[in-house]
Amino acid sequence: MEFKSRNQGQLLSKIATNDGHGENSPYFDGWKAYDSDPYHPTENPHGVIQMGLAENQLCFDLIQEWIKNNPKASICTAEGAADFKDIAIYQDYHGLPQFRNAVARFMEKVRGNRVRFDPDRIVMSGGATGAQETLAFCLADRGEALLVPTPYYPGNDRDLTWRTGVKLVPVVCESGDAFQITRAALEAAYKQAQDSNIRVKGLLLNNPSNPLGTVIDKQTLQQSLEFTADKNIHLICDEIYSATVSGQPGFTSIAEIVQENPHCNLDLIHIVYSLSKDLGFPGFRVGIVYSYNDAVVSCARKMSSFGLVSTQTQQLIAAMLSDEEFMDKFLAESARRLGKRRADMCEGLGQVGIWNLEGNAGLFCWMDLRRLLKAATYEAELELWRLIVEEVKLNVSPGAAFHCSEPGWFRVCFANMDDETMEVAMERIRMFVVRKREEEVARKQRRRRRMELEVSLSFRLRREELVMMSPHSPMASPLVRART
Amino acid sequence: MLRNQEQILSKIANNDGHGENSAFFDGWKAYDSDPYHPTQNPNGVIQMGLAENQLSMDLVEEWVRNNPQASICTPEGASRFKDIAIYQDYHGLPEFRIAVARFMEKVRGNRVRFDPDRIVMSGGATGTQETLAFCLADPGDALLVPTPYYPGNDRDLTWRTGIELIPVVCDSSNDFKMTRDALETAYNKAQETNTKVKGLLLNNPSNPLGTVLDRETLSMAINFINDKNIHLICDEIYSATVFDEPGFISIAEILQESPDTNPELIHIVYSLSKDLGFPGFRVGILYSYNDAVVTCARKMSSFGLVSTQTQLLVASMLSDEEFMEKFLAESTARLCARRGTLRQGLAQMGVGILKGSAGLYCWMDLRRLLKAATFEAEMELWRVIVNDVRINVSPGASFHCSEPGWFRVCFANMDDETMRVALGRISKLVMQSNKNSESRKPCRRRSKLEISLSFRRLDEIMMSPHSPMTSPLVRART
Repeated sequence: MEFKSRNQGQLLSKIATNDGHGENSPYFDGWKAYDSDPYHPTENPHGVIQMGLAENQLCFDLIQEWIKNNPKASICTAEGAADFKDIAIYQDYHGLPQFRNAVARFMEKVRGNRVRFDPDRIVMSGGATGAQETLAFCLADRGEALLVPTPYYPGNDRDLTWRTGVKLVPVVCESGDAFQITRAALEAAYKQAQDSNIRVKGLLLNNPSNPLGTVIDKQTLQQSLEFTADKNIHLICDEIYSATVSGQPGFTSIAEIVQENPHCNLDLIHIVYSLSKDLGFPGFRVGIVYSYNDAVVSCARKMSSFGLVSTQTQQLIAAMLSDEEFMDKFLAESARRLGKRRADMCEGLGQVGIWNLEGNAGLFCWMDLRRLLKAATYEAELELWRLIVEEVKLNVSPGAAFHCSEPGWFRVCFANMDDETMEVAMERIRMFVVRKREEEVARKQRRRRRMELEVSLSFRLRREELVMMSPHSPMASPLVRART
Repeated sequence: MLRNQEQILSKIANNDGHGENSAFFDGWKAYDSDPYHPTQNPNGVIQMGLAENQLSMDLVEEWVRNNPQASICTPEGASRFKDIAIYQDYHGLPEFRIAVARFMEKVRGNRVRFDPDRIVMSGGATGTQETLAFCLADPGDALLVPTPYYPGNDRDLTWRTGIELIPVVCDSSNDFKMTRDALETAYNKAQETNTKVKGLLLNNPSNPLGTVLDRETLSMAINFINDKNIHLICDEIYSATVFDEPGFISIAEILQESPDTNPELIHIVYSLSKDLGFPGFRVGILYSYNDAVVTCARKMSSFGLVSTQTQLLVASMLSDEEFMEKFLAESTARLCARRGTLRQGLAQMGVGILKGSAGLYCWMDLRRLLKAATFEAEMELWRVIVNDVRINVSPGASFHCSEPGWFRVCFANMDDETMRVALGRISKLVMQSNKNSESRKPCRRRSKLEISLSFRRLDEIMMSPHSPMTSPLVRART
């Protein structure tokens, strides 16, 4: 018997039937293109190369070696299986003490031990995805808003608003300021919310920034702290790319700014963290909420029941992160490899006149393709993007997906592939740019020739018609004859 | 500063929807601050408030040692480390979904098939329940839930979702079976307050009752929801803890037999926390016969995916069919034996439990120990049990039971010795209570001989070598 699924709209919730999940964005179309035709050096050399996934795959050799040498980190090895039962039944939402201690120490290490983190403020969540949603649930009611500087990670829309009913109000940052967050932009966004009778509960910063690949400087962080203090709103700092910074400028955590502002209201400060980017473990779902607000720690911990980290994974992570010597070596080598990969890519793009926003963090570059647009519009950006996905066979992410205020910027990820694939990708981009340039030159030439012909024709018309029809006239081409 | 906190945080953060202010948690706190240990803390609180399955971990540990390829950390499995660590597709590893589907079929005697593409992950059953609430109901809508029910439902289904739970009242007069009348009453109550009912949540086998739902009740439920065009959510997380007749019947079987039912209304909640004893691994499963719900829940699973490291381990274990059959048989046999020990021990004290064939707990009838048939008296008795008898059990009120005097007692989270100690303590409570009620009664012409004989009989029973209570520990205390 068939059942009418037009009923679905009534049967399911509003949340289930709206677009709040965000997957109808072009951000995901490129993924689908990749999924249906993935590049492989031998099996599918003409497939789509995935450059839309911000993943850190450059240092698995180091991890693999550590795993081999540390069987006790697992509850499945001969050395570790005696712990199996205790770990399998441990469901305390505080998390294994050794896990929390190790994460706190690691976060300190990433910040050059310039700050201390209290393990009792470490709260688990279902990845950073879960951490963001949990904070939104704790800090804002339905209909209230968070300010978010653009361009920003597309997942924010789903994480912060889909099930929470919270809104996001963009803080518009522009290329003229190298996309830095200005006080004016913050105030403008805040005012915009007020004008629409929307109560702002907080500001979300992403430092280092996805998609910009930059760190936020001390001055901007200080300014953000002052802004949120003035308005008595929360400051959420998503620091999930903290260990992907190579060279200068270095990473400054909000924790350091807080330390330098002893009179600031700590109850307003919260950090989102995860091991998905810094270590390259997105599958393990290790999300962390760190709050300086006791009530938020307590509430978020209760909510963590909806997305605790598997104790099997907590055990592994605790062992790995607390191997200080290994982590020092890993962090240094990872930053070095990321720095080199980024430099290689920037150089490769530079050879064909493509520039990226200057940056030294993240797993991606913010690429400037404005001059390749047919027009300075989002339609043109989308058109260029489809060209890149379908013809150049690269999945990159268009700026519109990041709510960028100016068309023509694209995020290109570089850490999720090996050197050979990177070279193939660079070659495809180079060839594409060269081809576009040649097409542009040809187009200009044709236009110039057409203009010249028109001018010349109009002069001739003014003089005498017979000359026009002379067999020696440049206008006596078969085409011209056909038109008159 | 406190007032500022209230203003700067959300309503959800400020309210009690997390449910932890319930007395239910005081017992946990009592245990946490003074946990029993046979040698280090023999007077500590024995935890009988935690529904966990710890009786068969030896089998699992042995399997783990013999199957190193199930781990990404062993020499045999480490070559997969990278692929597993970077795999973040919210569909989940195909081998994981297939293994879970096959395992669920096995638990149901292969009487039904499950489609692996309908298996969606979540953060434990906790996450599954919340996800379903988000998918099926809007804030202010309601779900019907038969009482007594698992206290976590309040948090899981209502805290962040804003939906309501409306109790379907079941009582001891018919062994807490759910009736059509009770369903209609609850439904009508919602109608009267203009509350839209979106579904009915069943827990089968039931926590806290320890019973399975019979075919008649399941069919009645499916007819009811079909009539009202509302959803039916079946939480089957104790499905493999059924150790006796009557056996387990899944809603999947009833659906199979009811071609007139709209399958788009049927959803199953599952988890490995109870059947396998892995609460730490957070393996929650949502199975829906509704495509749109599968799609939506899968998108929501990003908030609580299962760690791929754990997906791989579980996939390997569950797909070892021979091991799983042996495990299921042995686990249920041990649960049966342990429950039997508890049941007999209680019976000898004159304490009855609801007849049941499933779960990791009993539904214990202590009504005759109450000073009065009130929830205050129940709370008073409970505090005596926790503070004086030093056992954490869970009072019926925390399960929204409509009648005072019932307590849930868990039996699968301890060893035999601890069970013996617990029984000994309970018997002292009962004896004491008998003494009290005797002295409270108006002077009855009962011979001293009779009284002395009745106590001696109890002593004899307790001290008999065949009694579960003649452990050295008990003897030492008397």
